[in-house]
Amino acid sequence: MGHKSYEESIKDVYKGLVLLAVVTLIEVGISLFGKGHLGYKPSPEMGWLLALVAIGLIVLSLYKAYFIIYEFMHMSSEVRGLRLTVLMPCLLLVWAIIAFFQEGNSWFERRDLIKQKNERSINDKKMDVQGSLIQKEETYQM
Amino acid sequence: MATETVVKHDHHDETEGGAWDGGKRPFEVSYGKLMMWYFLLSDAFTFAGFLIAYGTLRFSSATWPVPDFVFSTTPFGGHGLPLIFVTFMSFLLIISSVTMVRGVQEGHRENKRGVVFWMFLTIIGGIGFLSCQAWEWNNLINEEHMTVTVNPFGTHVESGTYLEGDDHDIKAGDSFAKGDSYLIHQHNGEFHPLKYKTDAGVEKQQEFGPKAFGALFFFITGFHGFHVLSGVVFLIIIMINVASGLYVERKNGYEMVEKIGLYWHFVDLVWVFVFLVFYLL
Repeated sequence: MGHKSYEESIKDVYKGLVLLAVVTLIEVGISLFGKGHLGYKPSPEMGWLLALVAIGLIVLSLYKAYFIIYEFMHMSSEVRGLRLTVLMPCLLLVWAIIAFFQEGNSWFERRDLIKQKNERSINDKKMDVQGSLIQKEETYQM
Repeated sequence: MATETVVKHDHHDETEGGAWDGGKRPFEVSYGKLMMWYFLLSDAFTFAGFLIAYGTLRFSSATWPVPDFVFSTTPFGGHGLPLIFVTFMSFLLIISSVTMVRGVQEGHRENKRGVVFWMFLTIIGGIGFLSCQAWEWNNLINEEHMTVTVNPFGTHVESGTYLEGDDHDIKAGDSFAKGDSYLIHQHNGEFHPLKYKTDAGVEKQQEFGPKAFGALFFFITGFHGFHVLSGVVFLIIIMINVASGLYVERKNGYEMVEKIGLYWHFVDLVWVFVFLVFYLL
């Protein structure tokens, strides 16, 4: 890094511009393909293709993030200690994503259960005397 | 890149004394730059929290508005152009990031005029982005009537045929498939969900989409837009200071420009992920 002339470093900046623009265009293309705007519509049964589209988009975005941090923000020329203290904490987010998406999924599955419960307690109300409702609820617990 | 042109200054004799004798910079950067990095780290966690909340709520919903349907309008009457406008907005931010890098480079060369010129272009890019966002919000709120609590963008969960049409894209007799998106239009200030018949023969009407979508969209893009706005304000202040010659006296290679540059690139960086989560996925 430490031996580039002024002209060279200007050239690098514009190369970076072209790179980011091209990656963004590829991302938009992939996204539109996944949504079926480019002639071919992936059917919902082709889960693997849709997963591939999502993974592709995430990888390209991470690459853009890397490029912005390392080239535009000059992280590559900072000392190792600074790089580590800024970047390592971000790994915590990996766990946050896993944990919260798991949670979201669990809410999704519970939605049906809550709906079921709501319907059942209405039916039970007709037949049962008041007060048995709470006992009945317990039997539906997971 | 161009960091080698940083003007080296007040390098004390570092062989003299130990690490704890003072006069040494941790991580070999100034206090201001180091703190900017840590501020950006904490800000990254705030944004990550918001975006993870978006993902969690999206996972928890049976349907979710399809972004290429929601964001398919452009100024000057463009319709059915998925993601075109927001791609343009992304380019504005990328370009303003590049002009910022150029400004920092000129700062390293102590070229005052160059710094002012490139910072000015950066400010124009930031204002352009904010204007686009203002248009997008206005379109969503006043034309499509999405608010923090009402989300008229829905998704069909079964296939069927419309029994009535709106004055927009849907006509009576049009059929739709499972997973197709729709927008419930307003007439005279009231929503008119269309009636339809499912292929199984049941009569139903359009339902509103998940409420959380509107709140998440306005809150997260609003929070990012506020970052852009404060970035523009600070860029203007620092540009005026550059022009007044304040940083020439400091003889530190326009470090203040470098610091606001870090912040500005971060705003671009966050947009990469907002763009991914809201528009691409």
